[in-house]
Amino acid sequence: MKVDLSDTRKIIQQYRKKKGILIPLLQEIQADYGYVPKESVDLISKELAIYPVEIYGILTFYAQFYLTPRGRHTIKVCQGTACHVMGGKEILDYLSNKLEISEGETTKDNMFSLERVACLGCCGMAPVVVVDNNFYGRCTIQKLDKLLEKYQEIK
Amino acid sequence: MEIKVLICMGTSGLSAGAEEVARTFESELKRKNLIKKCKIIRTGDRGLFRDTLVDIITPDGRVTYEYVKPEDVSKIVDEHLLQGRPVKRLQAGKDYKQFFAGQLRIVLSNCGEINPEDIDDYITHGGFNALKKVFSMVPDKVVDEIEKSGLRGRGGAGFPTGLKWKFCKNAKGDVKYVVCNADEGDPGAFMDRSVLEGDPQSVIEGMTIAGYAIGATEGFVYCRAEYPLAIKRLGMAISQAKEKGFLGKNILNNEFSFDITIKQGAGAFVCGEETALLASIEGRKGMPRPRPPFPAQEGLWGKPTLINNVETFANIRHIMMKGAEWFSSIGTEKSKGTKVFALAGKVKNTGLVEVPMGTTIRELIYGPGGGMMKKRIGLKGVQIGGPSGGCLPESLLDIPIDYESITQTGAIMGSGGMIVMDKKTCMVDMARFFLNFTVAESCGKCVPCRVGLKRMLEVIEKITEGKGKKEHINFLHEMGITIKNTALCGLGNTAPNPVLTTLKYFPNEYQAHIKNKSCPAHVCLELLKFEVIKENCVKCGQCYKACPVGAIDWKKKEYPKINKEKCIKCKSCINACDFMAIQ
Repeated sequence: MKVDLSDTRKIIQQYRKKKGILIPLLQEIQADYGYVPKESVDLISKELAIYPVEIYGILTFYAQFYLTPRGRHTIKVCQGTACHVMGGKEILDYLSNKLEISEGETTKDNMFSLERVACLGCCGMAPVVVVDNNFYGRCTIQKLDKLLEKYQEIK
Repeated sequence: MEIKVLICMGTSGLSAGAEEVARTFESELKRKNLIKKCKIIRTGDRGLFRDTLVDIITPDGRVTYEYVKPEDVSKIVDEHLLQGRPVKRLQAGKDYKQFFAGQLRIVLSNCGEINPEDIDDYITHGGFNALKKVFSMVPDKVVDEIEKSGLRGRGGAGFPTGLKWKFCKNAKGDVKYVVCNADEGDPGAFMDRSVLEGDPQSVIEGMTIAGYAIGATEGFVYCRAEYPLAIKRLGMAISQAKEKGFLGKNILNNEFSFDITIKQGAGAFVCGEETALLASIEGRKGMPRPRPPFPAQEGLWGKPTLINNVETFANIRHIMMKGAEWFSSIGTEKSKGTKVFALAGKVKNTGLVEVPMGTTIRELIYGPGGGMMKKRIGLKGVQIGGPSGGCLPESLLDIPIDYESITQTGAIMGSGGMIVMDKKTCMVDMARFFLNFTVAESCGKCVPCRVGLKRMLEVIEKITEGKGKKEHINFLHEMGITIKNTALCGLGNTAPNPVLTTLKYFPNEYQAHIKNKSCPAHVCLELLKFEVIKENCVKCGQCYKACPVGAIDWKKKEYPKINKEKCIKCKSCINACDFMAIQ
């Protein structure tokens, strides 16, 4: 699949000649494409005279960046302390089994991406699952089955 | 008088559906022709999790409603606003009152009370008065006042704030920076997020005062990207403050200029460490470096930089308004003021609690916390300070909360996460949980942290899988102490604490895993048999109802039977059982 680089070009223009730009620049690229394509990295490297190794260093150091496209729905399972005590790990394990992917991966049909997140700060609703920015508190495995069914239908 | 309708809409409120409640109020008030007499105020979270909290303030007084759903709104409007009879059924009950009764709210005083997206609301609540007052003082006097107040950094380590300001003020350099650390990465701590969502201007005011005191003209807030609402509201607050002349060039027509920029984190826990944070603002990998030089001498782009945490900055305006003497009259001899705790886990009322330093942990749990969630499963201990902190047993709950007393136990104050654990929590598993976290978040720069923690995790994993050996206990202890003494930064120095404290206070649990190959709390999967313990079972059928795959046979007044072929070992039954009757 060919990546359209016109947005990357526009974004690079806004950041020329500013200090401390690499992280916000990559964040904006990811917000635009949903991930950071290799082609964009190459272009940033050329345009701003930064070695690709430096850019990949940042992309792989920070958990927020993705180098591959994401699924249609992103499921984040909170693994904060309160959620852990209330059974958050079982929820992550269950989803991982059911969707047949590990955390950080996307299902083959591109429907779901599964992620862990350290803490969402809604500890009173533990255990918490977030699907596409919608929060679901006091989750049980039975509730999850219904949730997956619901999102399966939203394409 | 105008009628006020306050609706709590921080991340917690919104995730419980507060926006829909607010919209229903709007349309309902319009329909009943009351909209002109009423003002709907969308506030941040007040700190207690009660789904949607709504307060109605009329000339007759203030009534709080909890768990409000959109379908309740028309009843509240009809009976309370039109007929003057508050709806009893929805009013906040005993627990709500108990939660707030034992608190002293200074940092959180505006959270849940004002509209964080409207600077005028902040101003009517006394906002920016401290800044105006500060301009009549010389910078030295401001630093003095903070030093005298005895305020200490609320980010965890508890370094005296006034001293830090003084170092930075006295550091040589024409350009200086103020940085607010809002990279609240500790799982289980969310006070900084709530302050930024509910009262962002107080942080701006605190930073501006700091800028004036140390002679800086530029400030940065480094905020976790996982907090989109906090970033949005802080951004709005900054641009409104600029419009009103509280930020920008020649603030309030003084010579002093100060500006604030938000920098978003990108998901790295280590960036909460100050030197890593600075590297990240500079656009590099967030890796710590050795100190000295401290950031107060050489910080951002090599310039003297003052770094304080959100809660610390939120305290500043109160100290400047009410004076150092007032502030230092609260708390203990060495720890002044209040501390905000994020109380969660197996406790009845969960949320943000602000108490004076010196309060005991027990008072916190049984006062605002309302006691255990399920009395039947008693309290085992408390985890304090997140991945850098430790697990304390019940016998230590009467120690006062101050920096020194908590450090003595082997835990640390940390940012203020406090997770209450009951008998269904396995301490070895807790140690594994935190190690898992710190191993994943270790930046990899220094060997003790990168390699040492990983080795500790491997051993703990063996123990939880029933492959533990006697000598493992010594190994964990030795390795933990070595890492504490040799790691480069705060992450590594404190990462062994969860293991060391559980070894110290809960040795029997390690022994049970190693010797008896059993997990007393029925948590560690590899040691579970998925069998019913008939002595404990009351035949209630909760396990049967919780099982998602129908692997449990149960009839009234009979013991349940677990069909091991169908069982997927998801532990739903164990979590649902209040009697610890499945092992």
